Amino acid sequence: MSPLDHKLLRDLWRMKGQAFAIGMVIAVGVGMLVMMTGLVTSLKETRAAYYERYRLADVFAPVTRAPDRMAGRLAAIEGVSAVEPRVVGAALIDLIDTDLPVQAQAVSLPDFHSPRLNDVFLTDGRMIDSSHTDEILLLQSFANVHGLRPGDHIQATMNGARRSFRIVGLAQSPEFLYTTAPGELIPDDARFGVIWMSRSALAAAYDMQGAFNEALLSLSHGASEAAVLDAVDRLLGSYGGTGAYPLKDQMSNLFVSQEIGELETSSKVVPPIFLAVAAFLLYIVINRMVQSEREEIGLMKAFGYTNIEVVAHYFKLVMAIAIGGALAGCLMGIASGRALIQVYVAYFKFPFLVFDLDPASFVIGVSVSILSASVGGLLVLRRVFGLTPASAMRAPAPADYSRTGTIGHALNRFLDQTSRMVLRRITRQPARMAGAVIGIACGMALSVSIITIYAGFDRIIDLTFNVMDRSDVTVSFTHAASDTTIFELRRMQGVTLVEPVRYVPVVLRHGLISRRSVITGLSPDARLVRALDADLAKIPLQNGGIVLASALADILHIRPGDMMTVEVREGRQPALQIPVTAVAESLLGSPAYMDLNALNRVLREPNRVSGAYLTIDKARASKIYTALQDMPTVAGVSLKSDAEIAFKVLLDTGAGAIRYVMGAIAFIITFGIVYNAARIAYAERSRDLASLRVIGFTKGEAAFVLLGELAIVTLIALPLGALMGYYLSFGIAAGFSSEIYQIPVVFDSASYGFAAIVVIGAAVVSGWLVKRDIDRTELVSALKTRE
Amino acid sequence: MKTLAFSTKGLTKVYGEGRSAVHALRGVELDIPQGEIVVLLGPSGSGKSTLLNIIGGLDRATAGDAFFQDQNLSEMTDKQLTLYRRNYVGFVFQFYNLMPSLTARENVELVTEIARDPMDPDEALAMVGLSERVDHFPAQLSGGEQQRVAIARAVAKNPTVLFCDEPTGALDSTTGRAVLNVLKDVNEKLGATVLIVTHAASQAAMADRVIHFADGAIREVVVNETKLTPEEIDW
Ligand SMILES: Nc1ncnc2c1ncn2[C@@H]1O[C@H](COP(=O)(O)OP(=O)(O)OP(=O)(O)O)[C@@H](O)[C@H]1O
Ligand SMILES: [Mg+2]
Repeated sequence: MSPLDHKLLRDLWRMKGQAFAIGMVIAVGVGMLVMMTGLVTSLKETRAAYYERYRLADVFAPVTRAPDRMAGRLAAIEGVSAVEPRVVGAALIDLIDTDLPVQAQAVSLPDFHSPRLNDVFLTDGRMIDSSHTDEILLLQSFANVHGLRPGDHIQATMNGARRSFRIVGLAQSPEFLYTTAPGELIPDDARFGVIWMSRSALAAAYDMQGAFNEALLSLSHGASEAAVLDAVDRLLGSYGGTGAYPLKDQMSNLFVSQEIGELETSSKVVPPIFLAVAAFLLYIVINRMVQSEREEIGLMKAFGYTNIEVVAHYFKLVMAIAIGGALAGCLMGIASGRALIQVYVAYFKFPFLVFDLDPASFVIGVSVSILSASVGGLLVLRRVFGLTPASAMRAPAPADYSRTGTIGHALNRFLDQTSRMVLRRITRQPARMAGAVIGIACGMALSVSIITIYAGFDRIIDLTFNVMDRSDVTVSFTHAASDTTIFELRRMQGVTLVEPVRYVPVVLRHGLISRRSVITGLSPDARLVRALDADLAKIPLQNGGIVLASALADILHIRPGDMMTVEVREGRQPALQIPVTAVAESLLGSPAYMDLNALNRVLREPNRVSGAYLTIDKARASKIYTALQDMPTVAGVSLKSDAEIAFKVLLDTGAGAIRYVMGAIAFIITFGIVYNAARIAYAERSRDLASLRVIGFTKGEAAFVLLGELAIVTLIALPLGALMGYYLSFGIAAGFSSEIYQIPVVFDSASYGFAAIVVIGAAVVSGWLVKRDIDRTELVSALKTRE
Repeated sequence: MKTLAFSTKGLTKVYGEGRSAVHALRGVELDIPQGEIVVLLGPSGSGKSTLLNIIGGLDRATAGDAFFQDQNLSEMTDKQLTLYRRNYVGFVFQFYNLMPSLTARENVELVTEIARDPMDPDEALAMVGLSERVDHFPAQLSGGEQQRVAIARAVAKNPTVLFCDEPTGALDSTTGRAVLNVLKDVNEKLGATVLIVTHAASQAAMADRVIHFADGAIREVVVNETKLTPEEIDW
């Protein structure tokens, strides 16, 4: 091995703490990249495989009632490769373990063959036998929550009739990875079930003999989706078709896509931050090394080593750290990816897993870390070229502390010798201090933004369930009922407040962009559920106008004052032109609000409501629930407390859970940066410190010179980092936000205080580690050789 | 007339600018024949190290020319200077300048690795009496031992020219003489031109030529007709 390689290994060993800290930062960045891209590709592949194996439809076409022969007509549309007509219907399941009946969707399976589209994956028991009309399959995740097994019986109300059913099997389906009760946003396994039964039995229950109310279509390769949708709508229009929609708008798929998309965004945004930090750290470290090894560099040059050879030597060191970190990162990424993918597979309810680590992510991870380290390293190593051997051979001139500013003079009188050393170094070597300050400020910024995000997650729950929605119970009706129902509810004992609401499914269109959505009609004097602006003040629903959630307004590129096309997907299905009057703050979902009366007026359906928000006297809750169940118009009752729990579960188990990983990582990085700064300060001053000790200063006094500097640098870095963190928060919050929920950036002094404590804690620990080294230093050897 | 190893014409070196400018060399005119031992004497700060640095290809003159054989060092590119140092020059620096993170042997290997026709590093260290300490780090060696490592490192490449800036400054008479003998061997066996800067005027007795230096210029050049061996020198 060449002597320079020996030097390399010894240098690495000498700076092992720092090398490790930087290597870890790189490893974390690369690990995150490998893990996240691995997760994303695995989830995408698994989803695709699942969809394909169980023949998930490409197009869903709901219709009021279409005769069976229309299925043949649909199949004849150019580009359609298969059609499966089916019957679906809303049901209520009575369960012993809940006060409230649970909403469910009943879905038909063909009597004599397996479905051409939207097959089910039987996890337990057997398939239904169509000769027994009481046999059903139940959605496995729902059954599990409620402890239901094949062989159990359940009571369910379909189309007003209550019947007993026998569960013969449990199933999953790619169509119902996420189940959300109608009118709700947060998926919840417990509060929405899916029942599969034979087509003939279900048709009997919903008067659909010889007819269907939903057609599933698959497209042949290369078919035009838009053309098929148009053709389907034309064919089914006269049978009450409410608009065919593609798979990407299907509720469950939309949700899965959002979650995967969110992971994908973080995988693109977060790792580069870490790698940039690593490049910065390497820059600082190598910079210092080249400075302190001027003499060695000069020596090598004096012996006839070329610039390239000298640079290569230092560059190898950079590469050793970068590649070591990147490889460790790959291993970490594989391990954590494997662990997390299991969590996500369970979360997404995939029955199997196509585990696929994207080899490209290793290549990208390693090469990006090499690249960023090279940039950091080369910026410094450029200077190696400039060093002439003769100038490098002389020990660097003692740093110039002679210019003392006016503040210095004023302060000097009050300071002892060691404090002056601290102060002079900081004021006289501003560039070096700036490096340390910026480094620590970066750590502070990372901590601030991560903690702010945590606060944002708490805030979204608080705002959604305590400020925006102040009701206790939401009641939904089987159809748009007359508002006399509201009076009925108001008369109920223990119901303190009732506010009507009307949901109307629509397609919102602005220019070329369109979005399936629901208009929420609220009464203008509503107090329970209101449209709120960014300051949480109520936005008046000006008559006739629409108030859009900001996320929706962004998607549609629309501003207050613009006209929007609203294609109603219910009843007469009119297409309306309605102005947007305001943009509302919304953290959960992307609602569109209208004055209830104005909405009914444009629909020409006066006094119609599709549900109500209630506040109730908690003591009478179960009586009220029973009374609600007995009302024939009531399709479902949901409690806000259940929704809140479901939402918390969603935020903690879905893509939002990544925030905990990021929190741990931000801490590692913050510590890495602070420790690095402390080590560098120590290395730069170790000779001074030894000299002080020789003159007769105590260990404590010598350490004060160094730790005082670290303390001041940290204190300067905190406000700067707080400011940087404030802006970084917006970026990270955007990464975590999706159409389903938006994470607000909360300026909360507690978050900043906590971040400061983290940074100060890291500084204290780093200071302690360095102090230990100061105490151990042998004076003689410290003075004998430089560094 | 012997061929010249070095000759300089009006060699000038100015550090800094304006009022704080230091004139380290003020037009040095010098001829050093090949294969000689030359001793450079002069008071501290007179510019001896500066001269050595320039003709050793470590630094550039502000003005004037310095020729190695018939090549003008002042006109060489950095790359050519590097090759010149790598292939011809051995250095012993005033402040030893060992690599603290390399052992004695590795410090020597640093040079033998890139030299064209080097000695065995252990042999070079044996010449300066350090066979026992080859695996020690500079921090574990005394000042004199460090200096001997530096000398072993300089001779190990079998240089054509050898520059020694106070090679015996920290040594007692016995080791000092041993070191001078090593330099003499290199001069006699390899025909290397050896340039020694020293404060010990008595060492001038072993030189072929003694250059008296003062205030950045040559005061006097004395050709020594009867050389003494290192053993005969007063210490
Ligand atoms: N980098 C520099 N910048 C400014 N002045 C310098 C520099 N290097 C040397 N000098 C000055 O040049 C003059 C000659 O220096 P040099 O090192 O050549 O002296 P020297 O003869 O080797 O002295 P000594 O015997 O003490 O080693 C001195 O006055 C010195 O202060
Ligand atoms: Mg000198």
